[in-house]
Amino acid sequence: METLEIFDRLQAEFGAEIIDTGGAAPGDLFISVNPERIVDICLYLRDSAEMKFDYMSSLSGVQNKDNSFAVVYHLYSVSLKHRVVIKTGLAEENPKLPTVERVWKCADWHEREAFDLLGIEFEGHHNMIRILNPYDWEGFPLRKDYQGQEEYHGVRIPY
Amino acid sequence: MAERKTIELGYEGVPTDRMRMNVGPQHPSTHGVLRLEVELEGEIVTDVIPHIGYLHRCFEKYAEKMTYLQLIPYIDRLDYISSMNSEWPYVMGMEKLLDITVPEKVEYIRVIFAELNRIANHQIAVATFGIDAGAFTPFLFLFRDREMIITLFEAASGGRLLYNYFRIGGLSGDVPPTFKEDCLSIVKQVRNTNKEVMDLLIYNKIFVERTANVGILPADVAINYGVSGPMLRGSGLDFDLRKAEPYSIYDRFDFNIPVGKGEVGTVGDCWDRNVVRMYEMEESCRIVEQAVAQMSMEGDVLETIPKKIRPKANEIYCRAENPKGELGFYIISDGTAIPWRVKARGTSFVNLSVIPEISKGYMMADLILILGSIDIVLGEVDR
Amino acid sequence: MGLLNRLGDPYNAEGVILGTMEQILNWGRAKSDWFMSFGLACCAIEFMAVNASHFDFMRFGTIPRPSPRQSDFMIVSGTVTMKMAERVKRLYEQMPDPKYVMSMGSCANAGGPYWEHGYHVLKGVDRIIPVDVYVPGCPPRPEALLEGMIMLQSMIRKEEIFKKRDKIKAEDEAKDIKAV
Repeated sequence: METLEIFDRLQAEFGAEIIDTGGAAPGDLFISVNPERIVDICLYLRDSAEMKFDYMSSLSGVQNKDNSFAVVYHLYSVSLKHRVVIKTGLAEENPKLPTVERVWKCADWHEREAFDLLGIEFEGHHNMIRILNPYDWEGFPLRKDYQGQEEYHGVRIPY
Repeated sequence: MAERKTIELGYEGVPTDRMRMNVGPQHPSTHGVLRLEVELEGEIVTDVIPHIGYLHRCFEKYAEKMTYLQLIPYIDRLDYISSMNSEWPYVMGMEKLLDITVPEKVEYIRVIFAELNRIANHQIAVATFGIDAGAFTPFLFLFRDREMIITLFEAASGGRLLYNYFRIGGLSGDVPPTFKEDCLSIVKQVRNTNKEVMDLLIYNKIFVERTANVGILPADVAINYGVSGPMLRGSGLDFDLRKAEPYSIYDRFDFNIPVGKGEVGTVGDCWDRNVVRMYEMEESCRIVEQAVAQMSMEGDVLETIPKKIRPKANEIYCRAENPKGELGFYIISDGTAIPWRVKARGTSFVNLSVIPEISKGYMMADLILILGSIDIVLGEVDR
Repeated sequence: MGLLNRLGDPYNAEGVILGTMEQILNWGRAKSDWFMSFGLACCAIEFMAVNASHFDFMRFGTIPRPSPRQSDFMIVSGTVTMKMAERVKRLYEQMPDPKYVMSMGSCANAGGPYWEHGYHVLKGVDRIIPVDVYVPGCPPRPEALLEGMIMLQSMIRKEEIFKKRDKIKAEDEAKDIKAV
């Protein structure tokens, strides 16, 4: 199923929650949605007989040009062999959205990574702690205004 | 220490404590710097908590600081066992963004090198898995053959392990003149050794006893966890991106997708995952043979490389079938020479996350085998 | 067996070796170095290749030991991150004296390609533990690692055990530390 077709179905089901499609060839088309009902949208995408997006390729946190955040879901259907990109926008201050961990288990570590690197918080996640950096690390390294630590546990970091 | 309690062991009144044990980060069987916090009830694993990040080398930060071309060496260092394969999805995504069609010769060389690197990767995977199970000899056999593949890669790219060979729109240089003969002699040698390894290791009674019915991963759980590659195929599902959405020129070759059948145990156990790797080496040999037969040595590999790499503001998720599974790069460009964001969807990162699910209820010694059968590389887990 | 050839027939008890205690001890120590098998990053794969059939590391008398308590030297094979740094230091401290460290690859030497923006990478393992031999390369070729091993052996052979012991004793006395 093509992205535009999926967009129509989603809009019929969820109405104003589904905002728009974006992107242009040769890149990927994506569907922008509101973050509030993301779990319902994902459950619909996974369970509906025409979609069957049972496989989550990737979940990425992104910081946009205007310093707001976005979370991008790359979904794929192993049985129907089609794919879709879902994008949610988040505010600059205190970015938060519900977790999709119970839809795809795969999201567990991806969400922790987005939290670790960008500080995007996933509400309802069972274990929202850092994953790559040490547990007592300061700051979110992938934010554009990140200043590295001078010292960690008495060892100098800069070259 | 948890509350003291008694469990049924067949004989009465044996008190056992639930014990928390630490495995790694320095441990011969963790294949790098992985730390597992294991909860044990006697010798039975009741819970596993992986702690990763001991090799977090800030790849995604570098992706925002380096130009598109400078990023390729860092991609090599993600999955350092199969660098050729790692470079491919990134290069392919950039070619799509820049709308470049690469010459046939480049495509053939890429396919051959990717498949040879797949063989080299599976050789390490099977060899180290053999060591985990207590068999040292296959390690020596397989590394001897791997050295032949490495020598060919070195002749083409100059590097033994990290190649930096693929370029956006081409390759960094042509292959040596004896390329075809070298490939065919490698294929011959790999087949010979694989026959030996099948007898020596895979169908060895001790090995079968240790790996059959251990670490069973059902296909639906695997898909929900996003597991891909030989791990998913070991669970009996014939999903391979080379067939599912053929990229490059994979639609021109005739090859099968080996799947786990539960020949000695249950579908999706450690033995199945390992035998899938063995059969995949054979399929890769077939692809290399066909590609060598079809390929022409005439032509330039540098002609379509753009002088200036400045894609328009756009975004793409490009993925390819790595030896370990699906490796994807989510590239966001903003019209400058430096990417805005490159997210690497590490195969091993996703595959490793399934370990708490499949190792509960097995022995501590089996946990090492389950970990070995996942075939992780920590550079890709931690990035 | 070069030594035995030079001595003539060893079974007829003709051969006599003259040397100081130090020379003989050092000769023995240099030819039986046990290393800690401990892989960190990309270099560990080259390290594995060195251990395997083609390059045969064990002909130098090296044997891999999984525990730091049984090893003589440690090869830091790859990038050391901030999270790993404390562990590497602890592993070094667990090794019994005399102990040596070989730093393998650019990352362990000075941060390698991650020197500039690597917020989580330790820029050289010599910031936390003393290093005896640096092997350059990213990753070093197996031949380079073998050369590093030869350098380490020649370093051990030139070592002054007794003078060193006296020196340490004098230092301890100056600091008023009594040997236990």
